[in-house]
Amino acid sequence: MTRRLLCLLGLALLALSLPVAAVIETYEFSDPALEERYQLLSAELRCPKCQNQNIADSNAPISKDLRKLLHQQLEAGASDEEILDYMVARYGEFVRYRPRFDGATAVLWLAPALLVLAGVAIALLTLRGRRRQQTEDAVELSAAERQRLQQLLDKTEHDS
Amino acid sequence: MAPRLKLFIPLILFAAMAVFLFRGLSLNPQELPSALIDRPLPQFELPALGQERVLAREDLLGEPALLNVWATWCVACRVEHPYLQQLADSGVPIYGVNYKDEDGAAGRWLAELGNPYRFNIADRDGTLGLDLGVYGAPETYLLDADGVIRYRHVGVVDERVWETILQPRYLQLAAGGDTP
Repeated sequence: MTRRLLCLLGLALLALSLPVAAVIETYEFSDPALEERYQLLSAELRCPKCQNQNIADSNAPISKDLRKLLHQQLEAGASDEEILDYMVARYGEFVRYRPRFDGATAVLWLAPALLVLAGVAIALLTLRGRRRQQTEDAVELSAAERQRLQQLLDKTEHDS
Repeated sequence: MAPRLKLFIPLILFAAMAVFLFRGLSLNPQELPSALIDRPLPQFELPALGQERVLAREDLLGEPALLNVWATWCVACRVEHPYLQQLADSGVPIYGVNYKDEDGAAGRWLAELGNPYRFNIADRDGTLGLDLGVYGAPETYLLDADGVIRYRHVGVVDERVWETILQPRYLQLAAGGDTP
């Protein structure tokens, strides 16, 4: 029993160590706040070579260069905005995982909201249509029909 | 809408998606437009490979030319090298950027395989490469006579790439045309 517990604990520790392994090389920062910004920015900047990775977990040479540059610029006191502008000027809007909102990226930013709205609209229309169908089905019976219904019900009761 | 027509909505949606997805099959996601198209070549001051002089942006002006980013560690560069030599022999000016490489290895490469370049900029730390937005060799930039970047091709330049993509733009620039 204790052995199984130990095994589980070991597995849990393994899960904890995975994010740490994502860091490829370590940089010394003069201020912990800079290090935090380094982590955020390197996770947001996209590797131009290996297109579905950010520069934080890509080991392409270009990502290594960009991480080094990021470190230098942060230590030199550049703001987030300045660093992103610098990268975009060289690699285009592509290099950001959260591109600026402009003509070319409008579709990208607006499509999710529009799709949700379209979905809600379709759902509402369908539900309304179904409700109307139900009310149409529930027609009032005339007196003659009600009498006939009663007769049928009485009859089944007698039979059973 | 007539209920009959409504039945065709899924088919229409399917057809629209099929058209987009089919188009997607022939697109190359690796092909990024350079952020520097129609912008001047960045300023730089770097040593010339194998020569005792410092090169700057001004050395590349005067006529339309190709700027080829290469390195000895780049396998595809070896593939395109003979074709660059052929282009240079036919009179196309080609300048080289020896990108993140060792001067010794680069010198041996040129001695062994031939030198299609008018001169090579020794970009040992990749600083010019960074300013150009290079993300992997080989890359070839088409410059006009004023040193403005007109086109960037990522990957090997071979006969097909030259004839269909680069040559028409180059000829237009050489003829004094403004924009390709």
